[in-house]
Amino acid sequence: MLIAQAVLEGILVGGFYALMAAGLTLVFGVMDIVNFAIGALIVLGAYLSYAINIHLHLDPFVSLFITTPLMTVLGVAIYWFLIKPIKTDRVVMSLLTMFAVATLIEGVLDLTFNSGFVQIHASYINNSMKIGGLNFPLVYVLSFLLSAFLLGLLYLVTYRTKFGRSLRASMQNPVAARLVGINTDKVSAITLGIGIGLAAIGGMIFGTTNAFNASSSYDLISRLLVIVILGGFGSVGGALVSAIFMLVIEDVVAVVWTPVWGSTVFYTILIVVLLVRPQGLFGKKGVRAQ
Amino acid sequence: MKHTTSGLGASRYSSYRRRNILWAAAGTALLLGITTGISGTAASAAAKPKPITIGISVSLSGDFSGDGLATEQGYKVWAAVQNSHGGILGRRVVLKFLSDASSPTQVVTNYQKFITSDKVDFVLGPYSTKLTKPASLIANRYRYVMLEGIGGGPSVFSRGLKNVFDVSASATYQLVTFAQWLVKTQKPQPVAYATMDDPFIQPMVDFARSYLKAHGFTDALYKVYPAETSDFSPIASSIEATNAKIVILGTMPPDGYAMIQNFVQAKYNPEMLIEASGPDQGSEFVKAVGATNTQGIMVPNTWIAASKNYQNAEMVKTYIKMYGGTADAISADVPEAFSAGQVLAQAVSHLKTVSNPKLQAYLHSGASFQSAQGPVKFIADGENGGATPYVFQWQKGKYVPVLPLNGADKVTKILVNRPDWGTTPGA
Repeated sequence: MLIAQAVLEGILVGGFYALMAAGLTLVFGVMDIVNFAIGALIVLGAYLSYAINIHLHLDPFVSLFITTPLMTVLGVAIYWFLIKPIKTDRVVMSLLTMFAVATLIEGVLDLTFNSGFVQIHASYINNSMKIGGLNFPLVYVLSFLLSAFLLGLLYLVTYRTKFGRSLRASMQNPVAARLVGINTDKVSAITLGIGIGLAAIGGMIFGTTNAFNASSSYDLISRLLVIVILGGFGSVGGALVSAIFMLVIEDVVAVVWTPVWGSTVFYTILIVVLLVRPQGLFGKKGVRAQ
Repeated sequence: MKHTTSGLGASRYSSYRRRNILWAAAGTALLLGITTGISGTAASAAAKPKPITIGISVSLSGDFSGDGLATEQGYKVWAAVQNSHGGILGRRVVLKFLSDASSPTQVVTNYQKFITSDKVDFVLGPYSTKLTKPASLIANRYRYVMLEGIGGGPSVFSRGLKNVFDVSASATYQLVTFAQWLVKTQKPQPVAYATMDDPFIQPMVDFARSYLKAHGFTDALYKVYPAETSDFSPIASSIEATNAKIVILGTMPPDGYAMIQNFVQAKYNPEMLIEASGPDQGSEFVKAVGATNTQGIMVPNTWIAASKNYQNAEMVKTYIKMYGGTADAISADVPEAFSAGQVLAQAVSHLKTVSNPKLQAYLHSGASFQSAQGPVKFIADGENGGATPYVFQWQKGKYVPVLPLNGADKVTKILVNRPDWGTTPGA
């Protein structure tokens, strides 16, 4: 039963890690840049939801109607004013730029909220359901359902809309995409906006399940990068599978053996997978034709 | 050209002469002004003694940022109190802070800068054993004493350094008061343990565990988790599965908060629950776990807010004046930092010198000091042999001391069987 509980918790928590990683993998797939600021942006989303919860007394899930559009616009602005002007050494310079954005966000949050730990509260945060001897914490269930819905929506957008075709074309070959008339700058801006909008949602979920402060981003960024690498850069489905896989492995090892080895077992599996499939589980070889 | 004093030449000459006189006058005035300024400054300097500068690295970001802020506050409160009493040796205390981002690498850089570049008179310790260890090595290299109150892990004192002194109770003994009370009052039974692999926290739990095992209390569970763990549900589930009535957690905020949240969600309610750190963070703890869930949760501490210890009341009053809040909400890190400053002041005042080697020898001489946390007397390895660890418990929304019994301070009766989650009276 303990192992079943660990698997369940791994799936539930893996769901919202997949949501956060989806934004990261999309951005890399379209723009070839690693959004190093993703951890800080998730924490920013958490603080925004926290502030709305405290001052406007809105439910954390309702606060997403405010925070998600705000952060989507922030993502577009970051691309348009900071990333688009970079003409040379784009990969390295954009990495440095996003690192600077992360540092700036952390500094501003620290000044505004100081370094004490806070957590988003709601009346149902500590509620749970018991089904078949397994404990289902309500907030994790709601988060998983929301994540699954949004990932499904992202899939539909990517594979069933004109914008999605433009996005996939830009991922496959940006030069060819431009040649056929796709405005790759616009696609990139919207993609980064979507990625950071998803970070707002991930942040709210993170903030309801963890006490956090401005420095909480460091643990997040390393885990999300690993999820994206294992799943394959540019693959949203890969991010989902690898997130759930990672969390289930860690949780099962923690209960069966010890938490100290949870990450080690996962990273060992990651190395083995990459030796066999360097592009990750669902990444495509030669995704860039140029 | 021959000078003339007639006609146009005469008027040009007198104009030239007038200009020269004006320049000479201006130059003389400037010289007089500079001289007056210099002598004035010298006079002022003679009147105002040079301040005593103290360098301190604090964790204002990173894993330790919550405690780092409280540490900085503790030192600042001490400086304010000390300066209100005329400073040290009649010299004002000036603190220089640098943030180490909770990084052992950065803390080394910070103390290197304090000592070699800023040439401070003294240094005081950072937050945590993890940072005190590298910091004390740097201090030792330059023959500086490192007095600290928040780095008491055994590994700090097992390296043979003679320059590091901890004014608080050693990590190893912080849970011993609780363990001793358990042995005296409870039947031997299984105990569930989970601890972070931190050099300060883990020894606390391990020593209590070995003490309890020696008295018949078996392990229901013993789990160690890495500091970077962010998902505590498997650890909490493992504890819940044991159904242990006594749970000892080696946690720091926010781990401790996450564990309690998991217990609440699973409706698992141990009769006795003690955390190494977290419940001592005052209002931050109450907000994190919810005011209705605090009843009966315990935490070790080296300080009592209402204690009559030396300068304790003044520390509390000054803290509230500077930062607001109530005495109960003051983090335990504040008196730990404050006490380090107090011992420094007493020792330097006794020696009447700012020599670090002489300070080190004096601290090792068996001299006794007073602090807001109680008596301080260093044993050979630098630990405080005179400290008494207390145990605090949340009861009806108040943070009260419950152990040790027969101590010098008044304590409240310990609550043994915790009620269900969400039923804290008065919350």
